[in-house]
Amino acid sequence: MSANLPARAKFATALLRTAAVMSRATGRGDGSVIGGRVGLIVEPRLLELLADGRHVVLVSGTNGKTTTTRFATAALEANGKVATNSYGANMPTGHATALAKSLRATYAALECDEHYLGQLLDAAHPKVVALLNLSRDQLDRAMEVTALAAKWRQTLQAQAGHTTVVANADDPLVVWAASVCERVVWVAAGQSWTADSAICPNCGNHLDRFGEFWRCTNCGLNRPSPQWSVAQTGEAVVGPDGRRYDLDLQLPGRVNRANAATALAIASLFGVEPAQAAPRLSQVTSVAGRYAKVERDGRRLRLLLAKNPAGWLESFDMIEQGPPVVLSLNARQVDGFDTSWIYDVDFTSLAGRKVVVTGDRRTDLAVRLEVDGVDFVVAEDIGGAIAAVAPGPVEVVANYTAFQDIRAEFNRVN
Amino acid sequence: MIVAPSTLRIIWLYPDLLSTYGDRGNLLVLAHRARARGVEVEPMQIRSDQHIPQSADMYLIGGGEDGPQAVAAERLLDDGTLARAADDGRPILAVCAGYQILGESFYANDRCHPGLGILDLRSDRGESRAVGELSGEGHPGLGVGSITGFENHGGRTRLGEAVQPLAHVSAGTGNDGVAEGAWAGHVIGTYMHGPALARNPRLADVLLAWAVGVDPAGLPPLDDTWPERLRSERFAALAPE
Ligand SMILES: [Zn+2]
Repeated sequence: MSANLPARAKFATALLRTAAVMSRATGRGDGSVIGGRVGLIVEPRLLELLADGRHVVLVSGTNGKTTTTRFATAALEANGKVATNSYGANMPTGHATALAKSLRATYAALECDEHYLGQLLDAAHPKVVALLNLSRDQLDRAMEVTALAAKWRQTLQAQAGHTTVVANADDPLVVWAASVCERVVWVAAGQSWTADSAICPNCGNHLDRFGEFWRCTNCGLNRPSPQWSVAQTGEAVVGPDGRRYDLDLQLPGRVNRANAATALAIASLFGVEPAQAAPRLSQVTSVAGRYAKVERDGRRLRLLLAKNPAGWLESFDMIEQGPPVVLSLNARQVDGFDTSWIYDVDFTSLAGRKVVVTGDRRTDLAVRLEVDGVDFVVAEDIGGAIAAVAPGPVEVVANYTAFQDIRAEFNRVN
Repeated sequence: MIVAPSTLRIIWLYPDLLSTYGDRGNLLVLAHRARARGVEVEPMQIRSDQHIPQSADMYLIGGGEDGPQAVAAERLLDDGTLARAADDGRPILAVCAGYQILGESFYANDRCHPGLGILDLRSDRGESRAVGELSGEGHPGLGVGSITGFENHGGRTRLGEAVQPLAHVSAGTGNDGVAEGAWAGHVIGTYMHGPALARNPRLADVLLAWAVGVDPAGLPPLDDTWPERLRSERFAALAPE
């Protein structure tokens, strides 16, 4: 690809890489955002030029997009080198950096912020777009969920002519958005959070639900038959031919098995057979620090990132029964200043185990747990939290900046 | 000892239409504070396609987007139960979109809609969205002290003569930058969204006292160490350096 870049784009690419390296060296971050910003100022069409001629998949949704992108990358690497924004820098600056860093990669797997789907469809001409789920997330700064689904629907209708969409059949908002596309591959990826889709996004009627099935009796919108699903028993994905593909994931929980199903569906659209792709997913042991295991003073911490109510519920589903749990909550700009959403999360499943709360907004968590009848200890920071629990395994659940704070404590563990 | 109904029935109205920002929190806090005093609570959720029972001891209604707000108002008007409950002195707590619905009229999707007329107030669109911490001095008639919450709404509300403001605003916007919320009889409306009662336990107790028919001062005190600490933190965050 680099050979075809115009001179200006080459210059922008070189500047981008220098800026990213300097930012990393000065410890100001992963360098993805600042590098991309520099590059896009010099050449506004940089993203499009860098994406030109590659086989691209975009992955978007409220939760699971970083992990699914990483799974898809592992699977697509069976075909060749894959450019990917592996630090979760999921806006155009991050995409430009990802592509600039892997000029020779024929494939690109890009995690895309929900609000930038249209821009990326325009610039990257993806072969495949995977849509995972939509739920409430930092409402004080983001668009409300139904409006976002409507924006997706409009964008896909206008721009997704040559794209195949891999979409979650279990999420009515995603189905409504994706159903305007000609080519859709449906995945039964589950929905741990149904409160944002009680109402039909198409007509406003109540959705009827029977187990995993849902439908609108008014306009007929209903759950499409999925081609891919997570097996009912064991760790496996069931493909379109009804065949079972065993997984040996290093990441926990049903939600990651669903992410794996989506990744296998993506891979097969790029010609990677599921039997070939499935074992490759075992290479993914942590994702930008998520699920990483770190140790201090005999405490073996597993780090779980959960940014919104659906994410917290999913992480409670993932954690081992028994070990102490550390919950860390911040409410800085990128987290959203409003902590009200913690009342949308049911904490009662934590009752009876050792729970430590920390983070800037630990007092909010303390009040929340008291209301749910869960005993807790308050610690000033992660160091205090570690001191408050016995040696052995510890599950740590944190929202975005709280997670980054903890990750920084452990040398930005990946 | 409280002379109370054996079970307090608290109805959360229309969570299918009006439920954002942790609105469930108010129900959870009321149930927690009632149970801590030995009063059992039967929380009920009534969907917008169900008839509203008249026999509840308290009604809660939450916030939401314009479309669902307009639909909820229509169905509440058709149902008629909530206005009768207010007349009977049943406590009602209404938040954001729900608060606007209790008034004479409100704006949604650029159109003026009739409200339930339970509270003497009218709401329209503000120039900008009010987002952030909200605090103020509670109305002395309620005895709730200072209030603290988080607001996120595009509406502005003008109070009529038959209601009192819930609080005088010291930070944030509330109804209009001066007054926040409204109350009359046993009905309270507020722009403090979601778990407003978690940060304002005395407001929760006023509602509970009304529901069981005692003076709020007569409720057995609870250990409010954590809610009080949270309140201090939120007030301190707003204080000038
Ligand atoms: Zn419908």
